Amino acid sequence: MKELIRLFVVFAKIGLFTFGGGAAMMALLHDELVKKKKWITEQDLLDFFAIAQCTPGIIAVNTATIVGYKMKKSFGAAAATVGVVFPSIVIIVLIAAMIQNFMDNQYIVHIFNGIRAAVVAIIANVVIALWRKNIKNYWQILIFVFSMVCLLCFSVSPAIVVVFGCLLGLFTQFMLLVKDRSK
Amino acid sequence: MIYLLLFAEFFKIGALAFGGGMVTVPFLIELSKTKNWFSLEQLADMIAISESTPGPIGINMATFAGFVTSGVFGSLVATFGLVLPAFLVLLLFSKYIIKYKDTSVFNNFLSGIRPAALALILYAGIVIAKLSIVDLKTGLFALLFFILIYFCKFSPIVFIVLGAICGVIFEI
Repeated sequence: MKELIRLFVVFAKIGLFTFGGGAAMMALLHDELVKKKKWITEQDLLDFFAIAQCTPGIIAVNTATIVGYKMKKSFGAAAATVGVVFPSIVIIVLIAAMIQNFMDNQYIVHIFNGIRAAVVAIIANVVIALWRKNIKNYWQILIFVFSMVCLLCFSVSPAIVVVFGCLLGLFTQFMLLVKDRSK
Repeated sequence: MIYLLLFAEFFKIGALAFGGGMVTVPFLIELSKTKNWFSLEQLADMIAISESTPGPIGINMATFAGFVTSGVFGSLVATFGLVLPAFLVLLLFSKYIIKYKDTSVFNNFLSGIRPAALALILYAGIVIAKLSIVDLKTGLFALLFFILIYFCKFSPIVFIVLGAICGVIFEI
């Protein structure tokens, strides 16, 4: 029980101090789990992060789930997962409950317009960074363009675009197998 | 039964959003178009707030969207729904993922999903840009921030704060 509470507390702390996405969390995780607590090794952390990225859902939360699972099985996974989302829920619910009263305030409007411009710039940079990291061949560019056309021109549901992506990825594997066979 | 619907929608997002928080945005755009839970304008503000508050962006947005849709319990239901699929997958299969993550079948599967996920993020960016870049001023600031972020690799939160400050000073 003590261990579970500690898992919850550590991950609540990590949730509280993470701004942005999962990658931003890595430095914090390394500091808390590898250096201070020595719960896992550096290699563990890299492996867990790799798994978290190829599992659907929120990368930061997935990392918490795996670390928790490694420490204390299912209960540990639950404690760490609840811990990492806990600060978000409290903070966002408070903000969401109060924001309606301020949305007419001229300063708040300017603040949000400024932040939104920054958000557009952040997303554009995320796209560039991910493109460099993940797009390695023409086939992938084709999947990207195909997905873009589906979304922009035909308003295809994002769910279907993801499923198409999976199928096209598996199709690549199939083609490689056929190629190998024919050699 | 709004809670059940909310849970089902966010469970679906949690199961399909490969690539983290930003990939959930296009799903939220779809929700705002097909259900009357929140407007696109509200969504743009949710993203702005989620980026500027602590916690993973995907979780912040789900909590926010849940709250706007049906209050505190709604925010709990949405977040639970979003987290559950990955939680189950990891509990049941993390052993196998470790074992097979370097095999070619798995990597080809991911190599197809990644460009699709990237398209989803770009699509989300385009929708948000259309809502946020409404005149020359907002356009210029977005461009300025883009260049700044591209060349100085600070944490995004720096630029969120900068955006807020510029917003007030220059009355964007």
